Amino acid sequence: MSLFHVFPGGIHPREGINGKAVTCALPIEELPQPSRVAIPLLQHIGTPCKSLVVKGDKVKVGMMIGEPVGFVSAAVHSSVSGTVVDVQPCILANGLQQPCVIIDNDFKDTWVELTPVAEPDKLDGKAISQLARNAGLVGLGGATFPHAVKYSLPPDKKVDTLILNGAECEPYLSADHRLMLAYAREIVTGAQTLQHALKIERVLVGIEDNKPDAIEAMTKACENDPTFTVTAMPTHYPQGGEKQLVYSLTGRTVKSGGLPLDSGVIVINVGSSHALYRAVYEGRPVVDRVVTVSGCVKKPANYLVRIGTPVEWLLETSGGLLPQARTLLYGGPMMGMAINREDIPITKGCSGITALEKSSALENESNCIRCGRCSSVCPMCLVPSVLDKLMRKGMYDEAERQGVMNCIECGACTWSCPAKRQLTQSCRTSKKVITERRRAEAARQKAEEARRAAAVAVQEEAK
Amino acid sequence: MQRKLVVSSSPHLRNEGVSTRRLMLDVIIALLPTAVASVWFFGGAALNLLLVAVITAVAAEYFYQKLTKQKTTVSDLSAVVTGMLLAFNLPASAPWWIAAIGSVIAIVLVKQMFGGMGQNFMNPALIARTILMLSWASLMAANVLPHAGQWVAAAGADAVASATPLGENPASYSLWQLFSGNIPGMLGETCKLTLILGGIYLLVRGVIDWRIPAAFIGTAFVLFWIYYGTLYSVESGSANVLYQLLSGGLLLGAFFMATDYVTSPVSPWGRVIMGVGCASVLFVIRVYNPSYPEGCSFAILFMNVLTPLIDKLTVPKPFGYVKPAKPGKGA
Repeated sequence: MSLFHVFPGGIHPREGINGKAVTCALPIEELPQPSRVAIPLLQHIGTPCKSLVVKGDKVKVGMMIGEPVGFVSAAVHSSVSGTVVDVQPCILANGLQQPCVIIDNDFKDTWVELTPVAEPDKLDGKAISQLARNAGLVGLGGATFPHAVKYSLPPDKKVDTLILNGAECEPYLSADHRLMLAYAREIVTGAQTLQHALKIERVLVGIEDNKPDAIEAMTKACENDPTFTVTAMPTHYPQGGEKQLVYSLTGRTVKSGGLPLDSGVIVINVGSSHALYRAVYEGRPVVDRVVTVSGCVKKPANYLVRIGTPVEWLLETSGGLLPQARTLLYGGPMMGMAINREDIPITKGCSGITALEKSSALENESNCIRCGRCSSVCPMCLVPSVLDKLMRKGMYDEAERQGVMNCIECGACTWSCPAKRQLTQSCRTSKKVITERRRAEAARQKAEEARRAAAVAVQEEAK
Repeated sequence: MQRKLVVSSSPHLRNEGVSTRRLMLDVIIALLPTAVASVWFFGGAALNLLLVAVITAVAAEYFYQKLTKQKTTVSDLSAVVTGMLLAFNLPASAPWWIAAIGSVIAIVLVKQMFGGMGQNFMNPALIARTILMLSWASLMAANVLPHAGQWVAAAGADAVASATPLGENPASYSLWQLFSGNIPGMLGETCKLTLILGGIYLLVRGVIDWRIPAAFIGTAFVLFWIYYGTLYSVESGSANVLYQLLSGGLLLGAFFMATDYVTSPVSPWGRVIMGVGCASVLFVIRVYNPSYPEGCSFAILFMNVLTPLIDKLTVPKPFGYVKPAKPGKGA
């Protein structure tokens, strides 16, 4: 049993317990397939995929329809069998348009031939990374970072710990919880495969202690493997935040701007581990995922949903929104995105659809009273009240100096603000502006260098 | 689609138990026992001053905001708190208009003119007290003997000046008198029992951080102990630790004034510095300037002014902070 570390800050929202109680006892059920899916070609952080299909093409389930482009990318596969209607931009949860492959379902559910890996034990880092890329594996916890990149360890980095993230600290969601109960064995096997391929010494499984049955199931599933340790972590939002989790389980602090990799740790979500298992042992790419539908809906549930299914279809199957629903969230209430249309497709990073009665946007903000609550709950030890003021004054440089880029947008500050200020949003805005500035600066420097090089070349020629 | 869905930025949950109004209500609840104690000891005069101060404070805020066409924010109850704290800083003998003027100074001059809630850089009630003291020194002298349990003082008693616990020729009061509040003084600073109760309530409710009162009282304890060398003895008069801690505005200041969110630092270490600083300035004023009996207000005001600087020097390091490789590295 490793020593447990308590990360700074954090909150204990009541909804974390009450909200989860709605769905945590409901087993995963397979959602009937919709008649039409819209599969975005960008479902990960990185470069969008190149479409491999055109209008009229017949596709089968599991067929690659989006080819990964560049290093930071992951393939996209068809989640139903049928005919490609079109490849056209659709609005996604973040409000932006992305090209999507629209497929009409023939309901035959014909799969492409799946070829499991012949000798999973012989997979090495390179092979498993390639496999992850082709199977469309991304962080299914929500960050959607391509796993092919995660598995490609630079030769100078030593990784000794693999962390399985089963914290699921987001209120209302129980997708990972149910997944651990249903597929503990597969999740553990997936992690073992990765562990052997990357030669990682130990695996730490972190689960919040509000899921005792999941802790038991996971402990049981890995009891024969002494390199596994399952830890019951205090229920403490944002326990599942990558940096918080690494600190909680290993006591190591991920440096500002760094990756867990720099601290010798790789973190993957339990859902991703399950997807990896399926890719290796069943040859099955990511075509579905578990989504919790909860809150103000008639019949809350945990569904196994084909990627590209419209939110509308989930809500319909769940009996529709209750009349009092005011906000519809793509994800959970702390970090999810509010959406105002129901035709948005489910992507790989969506672990829940939550409908809430309240809307925080309708609360009037008042002056900051400098109570310091935001700062005391910030898991990154920032002072959101000050960052908020700096953003409003356009003082982005000072905000950067005060560490705004460390913000993980967990929402704890806004949650605890008595003046109801949108502190998280301010940090988000600052981060966006600073990132854009950095990009512009990099581009300017590059242009400058090119100009200089050209000037030097001209001089040389003159000589 | 008929339903209108609200789109806003995450998080979509709020801590319903926390609001500016609720915090102010908690402070009012914490101040109530002391208000009751002041009425018990100083009778109707205390109630008068409390009512006048609170009503004027609320009215001043309301009318100033109407006049300047701002959103009225009296419902956040902060003006009530300011009014109560101001009354607590008045002697029972003060005429009602002193309370009224004080409230207007606190709300309009100190709070609203600097931008309203959260923007004032010094404690409104303490500035008002200081201005009143400098303007009407005789009316602000806290030398009325309490008359516990009586609505009005016995005839002529108001005029009888008695020695205050602190000052050049301090009278000696028993510890119990100091603790229960049966001594001359400002309305809200005499009864230590209710102040401590109120302070505990605020700490338990999580309204105030323990650091400021703990550092304040702790530092005062240590400094007076070093200086006087005795914890308590009857013979030493006011020259001992407990006597000093239980007299004047120290406890009122430590629990209710120095902890004012707006005018105290945000960072944990900043709050420690605030408490230590307040106690140190108070110690210096009390010990080295006996002609000026009460150091607490000035100590807190002094630290109020330093607050932005303290905040700047104690910005917490982000989790995972790494020192920049080259300090001041340009683009």
